[in-house]
Amino acid sequence: MATTVAGVHAVPKSESGLWSWITTVDHKRIGVLYGVTAFVFFLIGGFEALLIRIQLARPENTFVGPDLYNQLFTMHGTTMIFLAVMPLSASFFNFMIPLMIGARDVAFPRLNAFSYWVFVTGGIFLNLSFFLGGAPNVGWFAYSNLTSSQYSPGHGVDFWAVGLQILGIASLAAAFNFIVTIINLRAPGMKLMRMPPFVWMTLVTSFLIILAFPVITVALVFLLFDRFVGTHFFVPSGGADPLLWQHLFWLFGHPEVYILILPAMGIVSEVLPTFSRKPLFGYPVVVYSGIFIGFMGWGVWSHHMFSVGLGPLADSFFALTTMLIAIPTGVKIFNWLATLWGGKIELKTAMLFALGFIALFTMGGLSGFMHASPPADLQQTDTYFVVAHIHYVLFGGAIMGVFAGIYYWFPKMTGKFLNETLGKIHFWATMISMNLTFFPMHFVGLLGMPRRVYTYPPNMGFDTMNLLSTIGALLLGASVLVFVVNFVNSIRNGKPAGSDPWGGGSLEWAIPSPPPSYNFATIPTVRSLDPLWHKEGREAALAANQVRGPIHMPPSSYWPAVSALGVTLLLSGMVFGWFVGIPGLILMLLGLYSWAFEPVT
Amino acid sequence: MAVAALSHPAPEAHPTSTGLNSRKMLFWAFLGSECMFFGSLISTYLIYRGRDSAGPHPHEVLNIPFTSFSAFVLLMSSLTMVLALAAVQHGNLRGTKIWLAATALLGMTFIAGQCYEFTHFFYDGLKLQSNLFGCTFFVLTGFHGTHVTVGVIWLWSLFMMAVRGKLPVERALDVEIAGLYWHFVDVVWIAIFTLVYLIQ
Repeated sequence: MATTVAGVHAVPKSESGLWSWITTVDHKRIGVLYGVTAFVFFLIGGFEALLIRIQLARPENTFVGPDLYNQLFTMHGTTMIFLAVMPLSASFFNFMIPLMIGARDVAFPRLNAFSYWVFVTGGIFLNLSFFLGGAPNVGWFAYSNLTSSQYSPGHGVDFWAVGLQILGIASLAAAFNFIVTIINLRAPGMKLMRMPPFVWMTLVTSFLIILAFPVITVALVFLLFDRFVGTHFFVPSGGADPLLWQHLFWLFGHPEVYILILPAMGIVSEVLPTFSRKPLFGYPVVVYSGIFIGFMGWGVWSHHMFSVGLGPLADSFFALTTMLIAIPTGVKIFNWLATLWGGKIELKTAMLFALGFIALFTMGGLSGFMHASPPADLQQTDTYFVVAHIHYVLFGGAIMGVFAGIYYWFPKMTGKFLNETLGKIHFWATMISMNLTFFPMHFVGLLGMPRRVYTYPPNMGFDTMNLLSTIGALLLGASVLVFVVNFVNSIRNGKPAGSDPWGGGSLEWAIPSPPPSYNFATIPTVRSLDPLWHKEGREAALAANQVRGPIHMPPSSYWPAVSALGVTLLLSGMVFGWFVGIPGLILMLLGLYSWAFEPVT
Repeated sequence: MAVAALSHPAPEAHPTSTGLNSRKMLFWAFLGSECMFFGSLISTYLIYRGRDSAGPHPHEVLNIPFTSFSAFVLLMSSLTMVLALAAVQHGNLRGTKIWLAATALLGMTFIAGQCYEFTHFFYDGLKLQSNLFGCTFFVLTGFHGTHVTVGVIWLWSLFMMAVRGKLPVERALDVEIAGLYWHFVDVVWIAIFTLVYLIQ
């Protein structure tokens, strides 16, 4: 096997070409792969959203029919959650975590590659459904018994259930990897309470993933058994309780909400201090709040089910826990505001997105808090009010956080700046069109417009606001295009950025941009939360770039990709048949065994 | 834990922040995840228990003496697993081979017992599709059996490594991690045996 030995013996050759990307185990390149792939899925999901909005632009529109409409909103939700936001976060985990904790790579570089390849093949599999008999059309939370073979006879639900199983494997493998990486690969002196907040939020997110995904795995297993074998897990005529699905799904689904938002909170907690020239206010409280959210996230799931009629005791309990979880979230918001207070604020694009995050996420939090009250929730459930809420927290929250992260770390990743003028246009266009799209949804929701219905009659008071939403959505699409143009241009001829263009305080800014394949020539010793803002910083930065002895990097390998392809083919065999499943099984076993016995130096 | 007390410090390419081995830590995290997996399966079984109007019901088909025996076999395999780990850690190649094979064979005996049991239930009229007991029971115990099967394949792979002399003391961690998995699967069976068979 080819071993990349950097340092005094040899300087690593710049690798290029398709094969080098397939076999790479470098966390930075895998981070790039994650980011680019997830962004493509983000564009696909966004395109689906635009089709939905065009259909709803005016009453009784016939742009898409009800059947395609059902597929579009199901795939829009599923794509944005599992194929865009989660892997976009994973892209930052991959690229930034080893740099922020002072490590040369993740703990399991090949497992990391495996996660990526399972994710991309799973995502392709899920989207193939559009061409193979129709995409899933049961909503992203796929309530039983709409998903039974009786009510959903096509293959759409099968694609959905199997696709989510495949993606679950990718998320689980990545989460195990990051838990071990963060706990075990920190630079000397980096105690847990000296980890940057983004690293902390990644750790909490990873724990949520490894504990939440098995629950949906089981729920999907039951669903697949019901559909393929004829069991009665969710069949009322067999004595089953279809609510079991809702409980299992939301027991996964609510922690999943925090899986989506915590990384964005972590990014914002990095960006705000840097551009306020102040350490994060109340760092320990921000960390404890994140951990508390991680715990409490397990005790609120039934607030998705108030309309089911679980009884006053359960409703009161889940109303209280839901209100309780607003407290650590609010604590964080106050900490961010206090970080700004008295700071020397620089309104770079990354900072604008982080501030946008605070504003929009707070609004999403307020509408979420309204649902915490069961009587209010009964009015709002299944209306556009909920759609407004989810988009304020997921677009206004997670996506704004992701964009803040992209503008913040792009110089580190590429060695070049994104264009600030285009960036600011992107920000303001996003901010305005986002509110134009989603704010009116609060009102149409309270007026009673149901979600997931492909059209509405005229003169219900919905017309103008729906048109506004559609205009907003088209503008939002245009603002994403501005970003794409900026991104492509800046990669080609962006202004060169030094190793620490923003004056950040954490370790990733101590090394060159883009970082060398081995990240740190010498692993620095850490004595504070933001070492580069202290006296030790210069010394650490100097040490980080000084080669002392040979550096062994893990060799590249194609077995993770082979195993991942095998896993995906094996599971997709459930839909396509044995002639796909059996080769998948063979490929998976070949891949895993070769991987296990592959010599690593 | 007996296994941990026996273990030598595992060889590591790089020292870790906690001093704990990364592979072992990953595996503990994996087992935590598995707890939620089996927890969800067992909870579903318990939620649906006693809801069937149509039989066969658990007390009509479950054969406690027989399953007690296979549970005993599986628990004994944990003992042989511990012995296999002790052998590999002391560089005892012969012991390693014997105890790995013994563990795998005990595991296969358990699987054979489960196949017999499932066949028997099938002829008693209990199928996956019969009722809620059928689907929850077969899916729960089936997934446990699948885990045992994966463990058996893993043990034979280690056995083959030992036969080829590729399992020296330095690779004792490979056996230790397989042992963690194996003991976990046993513990899950204790939970299933108690909740499904003993407390009907």
